[in-house]
Amino acid sequence: MTALHTPSDVERGRIAYRRRRAVRSVLLAAASTAVLGTLLVVAVTGSPGWDRVRTSFFNAEIAKESFPAVLEGLWLNIRMLVVCAVLALALGLFIAVLRTLRGPVFFPVRAMATLYTYAFRGIPLIIVIYLFAFGIPGLRLQGTPGVLVLGGAALVVTYGAYLAEVFRAGIESVHPSQLAAARSLGLTYRQTMRHVVLPQAVRRVAPPLLNDTVALQKDVGLVSLAGPIDAVRAAQIATAENFNYTPYLVAAVLFVLLALPLIAVTDWVTLRAARRQNAGT
Amino acid sequence: MVSRNTVAALGSAAVMLAAVAGCAPADETAPTATASASASGPACAPGGLDTLTPGKLTIGTDNPAYPPWFADNKPSNGKGFESAVAYNVAERLGYPAANVTWTQVPFNNAIAPGPKTYDFDINQFSITDERKQAVDFSSPYYLVRQTVITTKGSKVDGVTNIAGLKDAKLGAQVGTTSLQAINELIKPSAKAQVFNSNDDAKKALQNGTVDGLVVDLPTAFYMTGAELDNGVIVGQLPQVGVPEQFGLVLDKDSPLTECVSEAVDQLRQDGTLAVLEKTWLAGTNGAPELQ
Repeated sequence: MTALHTPSDVERGRIAYRRRRAVRSVLLAAASTAVLGTLLVVAVTGSPGWDRVRTSFFNAEIAKESFPAVLEGLWLNIRMLVVCAVLALALGLFIAVLRTLRGPVFFPVRAMATLYTYAFRGIPLIIVIYLFAFGIPGLRLQGTPGVLVLGGAALVVTYGAYLAEVFRAGIESVHPSQLAAARSLGLTYRQTMRHVVLPQAVRRVAPPLLNDTVALQKDVGLVSLAGPIDAVRAAQIATAENFNYTPYLVAAVLFVLLALPLIAVTDWVTLRAARRQNAGT
Repeated sequence: MVSRNTVAALGSAAVMLAAVAGCAPADETAPTATASASASGPACAPGGLDTLTPGKLTIGTDNPAYPPWFADNKPSNGKGFESAVAYNVAERLGYPAANVTWTQVPFNNAIAPGPKTYDFDINQFSITDERKQAVDFSSPYYLVRQTVITTKGSKVDGVTNIAGLKDAKLGAQVGTTSLQAINELIKPSAKAQVFNSNDDAKKALQNGTVDGLVVDLPTAFYMTGAELDNGVIVGQLPQVGVPEQFGLVLDKDSPLTECVSEAVDQLRQDGTLAVLEKTWLAGTNGAPELQ
């Protein structure tokens, strides 16, 4: 074995060239970002109403003052999100499986599942919450749960309809030959679904599922219609007290921070799926 | 000390007068009225103001006139808070009850620009900058108080003090003085429930998801009287925040505005308004005061 491998002059030239190109593109990206950033800052801060906007949207003192209340409201959002997301995913998967049942016997089940997804994707969420949180207690039935539970049910029912369609898209994207192969191996319909179809389906639709979860995160706050105070409501109250919009901005920042982990997971799952799909090519 | 005693004496005299005017407007004590009105200065000659009909004071309000602001839909009977206030103001201006005539003015017409059919109008008008562009307002004769309402048989039905509301689940509209009243005066152990509108809050009260609502006093009377089937007023809370103010409406740039404002200010200073408020808004069939 001879000494260490030394690249040829041509190869060294190529490496140097690539390095130069890399440095150049980083510098160019930095420069163009700086130019655009400066333009934006100048355009915003140079506008005639900037002072007014700054005092009514970016008031540090009011931000500090409203932060505890908004954070307390956010805790409600987080609890609602966790419970509603889990239940909505379960409901969505269940409905999707019902919709893909075969055979004439299951027609009513399929029809009802279809009707459900049509109806609840159509009705605006806010109206569903009104119907659940203000309508159901009006029946005065014994043991009616609190408005938080009813509002949560409205969210689960609405998001369940969306998620059902996402799951169904996943199930239908599994090639029929897979089903045929599974059945020919002697697997029952249930076993086929459980071991062949669903694992592939769920993996394929993971990004849109997580995407809907991020959307749900912002919509859970709508239960505040029925009385409980969520982060946006807390910000609204603080805004009304001070005649200043900064609390809304505080809530927005908290929501972004809350969404970041979920968004990161979504990106990572998408990337991993893409890498796996392209493995070996 | 002498002057203070005089003021006190004047005050109690006015209180008596108010009581008299409130209960039996026909039995006028004209000398007292002139005596107190003469303090208004030469610009506001008692009984000789530049009114629509000389020598008479024409006061407008809507028909129907609702309790507790008026009684039996008859503004001229001197009963009800606003009727009593109107007669007291008239007296301060040197117009005894006999010289007061009432005219019907729909709420929206009263504050519309254009010629007026009244010298002043009293109809629970809150003073706002927008309205000030179309009409004149006197000094406020009433600062709106926050009031707790509920439905018959609820947890807070019959509560007589603020401490009794501590364990109740109370609701209010977002961004209102009502919500501020819950958080600053009642400080309930359960967090206040907040609603987008009073309609949502009302529904929650009917559904029993809240035990009581805090609304302003006029709304409380309207909700329990007209909107809720079995609504009851629990009581008024002490003044909190920046209250809405009711003022008498006058024609834009009316020559009477200053005189009327002065009369209202005097009624406030000598305690007449407070007495009228107690009599007509907190008395029987009214909203008792919660301490």
